Amino acid sequence: MHHKTIAELSQDLHAKKISSVELTQHFLERIKRFDEKLNSFITITEDAALQAAKAADQKLAQGQGGPLAGIPIAHKDIFCTDGIKTTCGSRMLDNFIAPYDATVVTAMKKAGTVMVGKTNMDEFAMGSSNETSYYGTVKNPWNVDYVPGGSSGGSAAAVAAALVPGATGTDTGGSIRQPAGLCNISGLKPTYGRVSRYGMIAFASSLDQGGPLAKTAEDVAMLLNAMAGFDPKDSTSVDQPVPDYTATLNDSIKGIRIGLPKEYFSEGLNNDVAKVIETAVKEYEKLGAVIQEISLPNTALSVPVYYVIAPAECSSNLARYDGVRYGYRCKDPVDLEDLYKRSRSEGFGSEVKRRIMIGTYVLSAGYYDAYYLKAQKVRRLIRDDFTEAFKKVDVILSPTTPTPAFKIGEKTSDPISMYLSDLYTIAAPLAGLPGISIPAGFVNKLPVGMQLIGNLFGEAKLLNIAHRYQTVTDWHKHMPEAF
Amino acid sequence: MEWETVIGLEIHAQLSTKSKIFSGASTQFGAEPNTQACGIDLGLPGVLPVLNQEAVIMAIKFALGANAEVARKSVFARKNYFYPDLPKGYQISQYELPVVKKGYIDIQLDEGTTKRIHITRAHLEEDAGKSLHEDFHGLSGIDLNRAGTPLLEIVSEPDMRSAKEAVAYLKAIHTLVRYLEICDGNMQEGSFRCDANVSVRPKGESKFGTRTELKNINSFRFVERAINYEVERQINVIESGGKIVQETRLYDPNKNETRSMRSKEEANDYRYFPDPDLLPLVISDEIIEQVKKILPELPQQKLSRFMEQYHLSAYDASILISSKAMANYYESVVKESGDQPKVAANWVISELLGALNKAGLEIEESPISSAQLGKLVSRIADNTISGKIAKTIFEALWNREGEVDDIIEKRGLKQVTDRGAIEKLIDEIIAANPQQVADYRSGKDKLFGYFVGQAMKLSGGKVNPQQLNEILKKKLQA
Repeated sequence: MHHKTIAELSQDLHAKKISSVELTQHFLERIKRFDEKLNSFITITEDAALQAAKAADQKLAQGQGGPLAGIPIAHKDIFCTDGIKTTCGSRMLDNFIAPYDATVVTAMKKAGTVMVGKTNMDEFAMGSSNETSYYGTVKNPWNVDYVPGGSSGGSAAAVAAALVPGATGTDTGGSIRQPAGLCNISGLKPTYGRVSRYGMIAFASSLDQGGPLAKTAEDVAMLLNAMAGFDPKDSTSVDQPVPDYTATLNDSIKGIRIGLPKEYFSEGLNNDVAKVIETAVKEYEKLGAVIQEISLPNTALSVPVYYVIAPAECSSNLARYDGVRYGYRCKDPVDLEDLYKRSRSEGFGSEVKRRIMIGTYVLSAGYYDAYYLKAQKVRRLIRDDFTEAFKKVDVILSPTTPTPAFKIGEKTSDPISMYLSDLYTIAAPLAGLPGISIPAGFVNKLPVGMQLIGNLFGEAKLLNIAHRYQTVTDWHKHMPEAF
Repeated sequence: MEWETVIGLEIHAQLSTKSKIFSGASTQFGAEPNTQACGIDLGLPGVLPVLNQEAVIMAIKFALGANAEVARKSVFARKNYFYPDLPKGYQISQYELPVVKKGYIDIQLDEGTTKRIHITRAHLEEDAGKSLHEDFHGLSGIDLNRAGTPLLEIVSEPDMRSAKEAVAYLKAIHTLVRYLEICDGNMQEGSFRCDANVSVRPKGESKFGTRTELKNINSFRFVERAINYEVERQINVIESGGKIVQETRLYDPNKNETRSMRSKEEANDYRYFPDPDLLPLVISDEIIEQVKKILPELPQQKLSRFMEQYHLSAYDASILISSKAMANYYESVVKESGDQPKVAANWVISELLGALNKAGLEIEESPISSAQLGKLVSRIADNTISGKIAKTIFEALWNREGEVDDIIEKRGLKQVTDRGAIEKLIDEIIAANPQQVADYRSGKDKLFGYFVGQAMKLSGGKVNPQQLNEILKKKLQA
């Protein structure tokens, strides 16, 4: 039952082959049984889940409820959930019970989904390996000695191990696509402004975007249908109609132009990963796609630009965690400065502190022009690269990561090499573009993800192209044996 | 050496929107601490600001009232610093691109001349909360009711050359924002506050001296005193061989002095950068045109109209237009007075305002209504009473003793205008004062006043002064 997709489970629920309560209990039991090995959840909300499942069953019994009614899901612990602990993977918010629901959480409730818990993540979404969480490292279900990726590593691992059929995540520099790639699932980062950021704890406001993770592109489309939409509470959300992302999944992709950026297929790309992607490209040719090489000349600048802009915004976004109103407060502060210094030193982990320091530095008087302003200018160049590319192609294809998952602890002492592993996923958010990662094969029994980047608001097209691939391949059906 | 003072003001006007600038919480003053702060004002994780359009309309109104250009595109920026009453660790303000660009306002000086003060810019921002240091036994309390209240910060050019000019400018802006109904102007509650940048330089020098910024000057009186104190302090420092340090100084109204708060070296690095949570504020020509249509008559326009329509001096007109309520009161007095704008102006300015000031009342609280004062003026004009008697009636009106005509009737204050009665009265006076009459007729002209006084005394002040003069002159010459 847990190997079924959301689309299949939805049919079973509507056909009354199974109830939401049964389904929810099944996944809750799996979480209890397996999550000790994975550490993918921070909070499990059993009682609330069973209540929501009952309510969903009542609706389904009356022939009501949409396609997601009764489907168990998990929210990344970055989304505020009313009355439920919302930690953002940090000691700083270990005692924080959100007094409101994020817009995404409200939307998923309205769609009838059943939240079974909140998933583990890199602290404040800062990390590519889920090793920075205050709640401990999440393990990759394909090999528990390896990282699941990050920062939505808990969501990715939970879906990959079939502890839950779908989950929400957030992506700032690859935090949905990279763990989806490393865990052999499908994960989409929508266009900036497509999904409301209200109630999603901010890391880098101009980059953060929520999105779904699930086994297949079809499931991702179903979840995105519920998540996407304009929100008057988020000034950066875009007031544009939401299409039915499932309606165009089976459209022919004959003649579709796929671009392969030569900068993504160069030095640094693991040979075996390259071979996996080459095979995938051949599948697309068989489906009638037209493949061509393109150039994104400023690719090499995207990592440095990202590591100026994201820390700058984070240094300001995280200033509110000061021990005054909520969250962690140090013991017996002697004065205000002591309260600030110790609450923040003790409440934040080292990666978060590193980025706050970088961000504070690049915004400082005398450095602002050289770093922050310059980075914004280069960001525009990176966006222009994509604008040029999309004059020639409909979608851009690349590996999601240069290598498969790395070992836990392998890169923790070398943040630069960790940052560089995000090279292929980091440019899309800088340009505000949507991107999806889908399973494309294995190297040494570790999954390889393939990334598709679309034009602004091109989610439907991306999902269509991803889904067509999944109709002719079965990589997304491979499940880790231990679970 | 002769010194010249240079002053620029930064005025914070709290915009009278119903809700806060980035949240839906109420802006009402005086509520229980922390009852008017929602999740956004508290800076909870995950919350986002949404700009209150009412505040934008108010900023446009100000621009139009201050002869300033509305920026078609302005940008909100974060001003980063840590303070317990600043929930997010940054204040959302505008930095490089403010919503209101250069403008000016003309101020009336005592000599009856006009001076143009240029406005550099005005920008929208949110207010912080309040730290309460009393009543908490070694701890500080935080009240976030004020956090997120919209402010318009109005920055002037260093165009003022004396504390008096600074006060005149401050009053002109105060009048303007109340005319526009964008700020209640209440200085005690802090809805209208100002900081002053003050420097001195030798007269004739074109370069500015080093300035200090004066804080906590929240009444017109304090502004004048604080600046005057600071100017004197700076001159003393320079003349005794010292140098002015660029710093922020706090005004202490109890001691009437300014004290150093922090110097430029200790100043925060605010790390301004555009707020990624808010899109640039774009204002279309259509919106500006719409706001133009709802713009009320502005103080400057009213001033010109009063001078022309009512033949008032610039000085009198400037007093009468100092608030909308005052101007409305005056115009209503004129209407009731039977077209006596000048007499009406005199009564409003010297009698009514004098009495109100003494009693510490605002024009809105006047015990004498504009209809009553207008009626009083009309009774002087139609010779029912003399100006002198009118003052008695004014007092009675102030004490709420009734309507003008009833008071005249009840107290028998009607002016004597019957020629026969006045002649009879004068005859009696002449008969009773033979010596004075003789002296007057032999050339002591000054005694005329004595006879007038006698007539007023005997008639209880009711005799019509013009008639008295005329008849008395005739009879004494006979």
